[in-house]
Amino acid sequence: MKYAYYPGCSLEKNAAAYGESFTAVADVLAQELVEIPDWNCCGATEYFSLDPLPAYALLARNLALVPKGLTDLVAPCSACYLNLYKTEHHMAERPQLNSDVNAALAEAGLSYKPGTVRVRHALDILVKDVGCEAIAAHVKQPLRGLRLVPYYGCLVVRPGGLGSYDPEYPDALDRLLGALGATVVDFPLKAACCGGHMPQINPETAYGLIYELIASAASREADAIVTLCPMCQLNLDVYQTQANDHFGTHFSMPVLYFTQMMGLAFGLSPQAMGFGQEFVSAQPLLDKLASPPPPEEEPKKKPQRSKKALPMPSLR
Amino acid sequence: MKTGVYICHCGSNIAGTVDVAEVARWAGGLETVVVSRDYKFMCSSLGQELIEKDIKESGVDRVVVASCSPHMHEPTFRGACERAGVNPYMFEMANIREHCSWVHTDKDEATKKAKALVAAAVGRVTRHQPLMEKRAPVNKNTLIVGGGVAGIQAALEIANAGYHVYLVEREPSLGGHMAQLDKTFPTLDCSACILTPRMFDAGNHPNITLLSYSEVEKVSGYIGNFKARIRKKARYVNEELCTGCGVCTEKCPKQLVDEVFEAGLGYRKAVYRPFPQAVPKYPVIDRANCTFFLKGTCKACQKFCPTGAIDFEQQDTFLDVEIGNVILATGYDLFDARRIPQYGYGRFPNVFTSLEFERMTNAAGPTEGKVVLRDGVTTPQTVAIVHCVGSRDQNYNEYCSKVCCMYSLKFAHMVHEKAHAEVYNFYIDMRTPGKGYEEFYHRLMDEGNHFVRGRVAAIAEATRFGEPEGKLVVQVEDTLIGQQRRIPVDMVILSAGLEPRHDAQDVGRKFGISCSREGWFIEKHPKLDPIATMTDGVFIAGCAQGPRDIPETVAQGAAAAARVLSIIDKGEVLVEAATAIVNEMTCTGCQQCITTCPYTAIEYLADKQKASVIEALCKGCGTCTAACPSKSISLRHFDDGQLLAEMFGAMEAMFELEMA
Repeated sequence: MKYAYYPGCSLEKNAAAYGESFTAVADVLAQELVEIPDWNCCGATEYFSLDPLPAYALLARNLALVPKGLTDLVAPCSACYLNLYKTEHHMAERPQLNSDVNAALAEAGLSYKPGTVRVRHALDILVKDVGCEAIAAHVKQPLRGLRLVPYYGCLVVRPGGLGSYDPEYPDALDRLLGALGATVVDFPLKAACCGGHMPQINPETAYGLIYELIASAASREADAIVTLCPMCQLNLDVYQTQANDHFGTHFSMPVLYFTQMMGLAFGLSPQAMGFGQEFVSAQPLLDKLASPPPPEEEPKKKPQRSKKALPMPSLR
Repeated sequence: MKTGVYICHCGSNIAGTVDVAEVARWAGGLETVVVSRDYKFMCSSLGQELIEKDIKESGVDRVVVASCSPHMHEPTFRGACERAGVNPYMFEMANIREHCSWVHTDKDEATKKAKALVAAAVGRVTRHQPLMEKRAPVNKNTLIVGGGVAGIQAALEIANAGYHVYLVEREPSLGGHMAQLDKTFPTLDCSACILTPRMFDAGNHPNITLLSYSEVEKVSGYIGNFKARIRKKARYVNEELCTGCGVCTEKCPKQLVDEVFEAGLGYRKAVYRPFPQAVPKYPVIDRANCTFFLKGTCKACQKFCPTGAIDFEQQDTFLDVEIGNVILATGYDLFDARRIPQYGYGRFPNVFTSLEFERMTNAAGPTEGKVVLRDGVTTPQTVAIVHCVGSRDQNYNEYCSKVCCMYSLKFAHMVHEKAHAEVYNFYIDMRTPGKGYEEFYHRLMDEGNHFVRGRVAAIAEATRFGEPEGKLVVQVEDTLIGQQRRIPVDMVILSAGLEPRHDAQDVGRKFGISCSREGWFIEKHPKLDPIATMTDGVFIAGCAQGPRDIPETVAQGAAAAARVLSIIDKGEVLVEAATAIVNEMTCTGCQQCITTCPYTAIEYLADKQKASVIEALCKGCGTCTAACPSKSISLRHFDDGQLLAEMFGAMEAMFELEMA
């Protein structure tokens, strides 16, 4: 399928690994990405709280620039995705906003009619349009033996019809990582907040949230946290050292993008997938993948449950 | 032809929105109307006397009452007509309450609409024909579906009155959910101790035919004269020979998790009796899990059975019964807590459902009554009880399940008593109306339980820095102190709500009754007739109608029995007079009506090659009338002439009043 592509600012800088790996993976899966010409910043999380109308107008400008003939706009960054999605929906729901925004766009000779573009997250098109089965068919080097934590963050799971996933317990990324051959960790904090801009505003709060996520992943013996949001990646990766210092802990948990993991599984080179750009090195994970431990011998007899133990409910 | 028109005020229910005196004045000018009055309450005895007086003194021979829904008072006014010597079918009711005053606010417009509705009824009543209701004898047998406490209560009441009952239970034993419980709130009586004597009585009563491990396949007929076909599922145990000694269960090598009676917390064998006091005492072989049925060898039970009662050749059998009345007491399903993944049931071992916990505290249950974690040995130090799981939640069920607050309090007491643990109750509102219930709540507060007001957001194993490792953390907004709290606990009990049976819709369809949006059976009237249904002769009792506790369930079981007994004692029922009739002159014998009739009330006369309506079975639904391609079937009391006269009446009035 052919998509309009909105990379967003972070994919050009701090999340370059995400941008590089996403385009490479899309290429393998024969999905065509057409970058929107002359796109502008989405306003991140701040601009809406400062002045909504210009915030909407800036976002709508990107929607107006979607090349003719393309219906789906894909944004890999969760903040970009949510802002664009919100703008599209709110313009459709609120006639006054729609006319105000279009009046602003008219100054630049542009216009946008709500309902013409579907805003999609990168994970959404890969899981829903391409599908886990098709993805599994492209896997050349299964991620066997890797214990991966699927981490969605809070932006793509917003309730009230804004997110594409179950706000309480999403599972799209779980299924995708499973299709890559990895062991998917059941992670209770998969939709929890990473702290957003708290490291700048109130570092202690941020460190608490970061600690909780990293410690929880570490206690599950995860090899990496896999995320789909540049903000989450930045907080957990870059501020991991500070959080360690703050709590006197020594975690070393790589935080990677799901598209990087897809690229690895597709047999693309780690370098091309942006490995090495992260603060907490993912080298141990790459080493583990290069020399997988010998498969454990199947125990001849299943370990006996204690006779006293009560049966565990099935998950059906 | 003299029509009398009566406009009811219904206090201010109608008179508040409709100018009733004006409607009465205006209706006096309609064709055939000789008397037109308004009165405060037409359904009162004085109101009815007005009608009777006009019939006797002014020769009124057709009556229109404009008041509430015919569901409420059509029988009342038909009765008044009959007492004064006018055929009850010469009456017509205009609904100016539900269809007019209650749904409008503009008095002028509502008055106009009321006039049009009255004119429609006057137009119709002029075309009415006197009809005779036929009487049919009542079969004195009763079918009760569901062998829980509601069904048992109803069965014993009827059987003790001397009438026969067929008590059908799907599971191998009577008892229902109540048999699974440990204690009952607020008195903390042992549930089994008070229930099992009744189960025994029901199982051994000479007037009760107990059909356990059976399901109703098909029902036909009408009040007083139903026919039902009951499938007796093969037990693979010959009840004539079985002594209930239990050797088969002992010798059976196949053990599996008991998802029904033990709620998944314990095991049973492939040949089993759900619990020791089961009624009847005979075990069943679970065909889906029996090694012999799966692999063709084993037969351990057969080898060891001292009386040779095991019979692998047994087949399902069918029993056809004739009954006069039906009581549905099919109970509820527990909300499946897996539907709320953030509460971790099925993911974290130490998250339990309420029914699991009932089995755990039960001395006859898998842990012999010990409160322990999933490992079966560790006693919890702190326990969280989460209220309203799946209830009062727009994502799942909007309604309150009514019993969870009280059973949660009971759990708190049991945990306190048996594990001496710290107990946290997470509630939205404490709802404890009932005799001795609020007192029980106070007792629990005095016992030193924690009550945290707020809906639990999530239960997780992830601990924050400084929190103890290896615990489940309950994340909740404490709305009384206005703060987020994270409370580490060893064990979580999810107080899951009550849901309609998964197959309630199918069962309802089988018996011709409907379910609410949620899936509970709908009663005839939510206040004044909570036991009866829209299908005469079919009654409902217990949780099949909506969540309720044991005392209410028992009361409903007894009430349903009383309703059935009054019908049996009367001995006969009136059969609908508004039945379909075939015009043999034009009937082509195509039999389309026979395939559409939901009551199998039409037969084909092969000699004449015509359809013919069996009046005793016809419910007057009109489906055949609409389906007949040659317009050869008409419905008495709803014929084309009457319906057209009704419409003309309304339309003439609307033109006159400039409504159209």
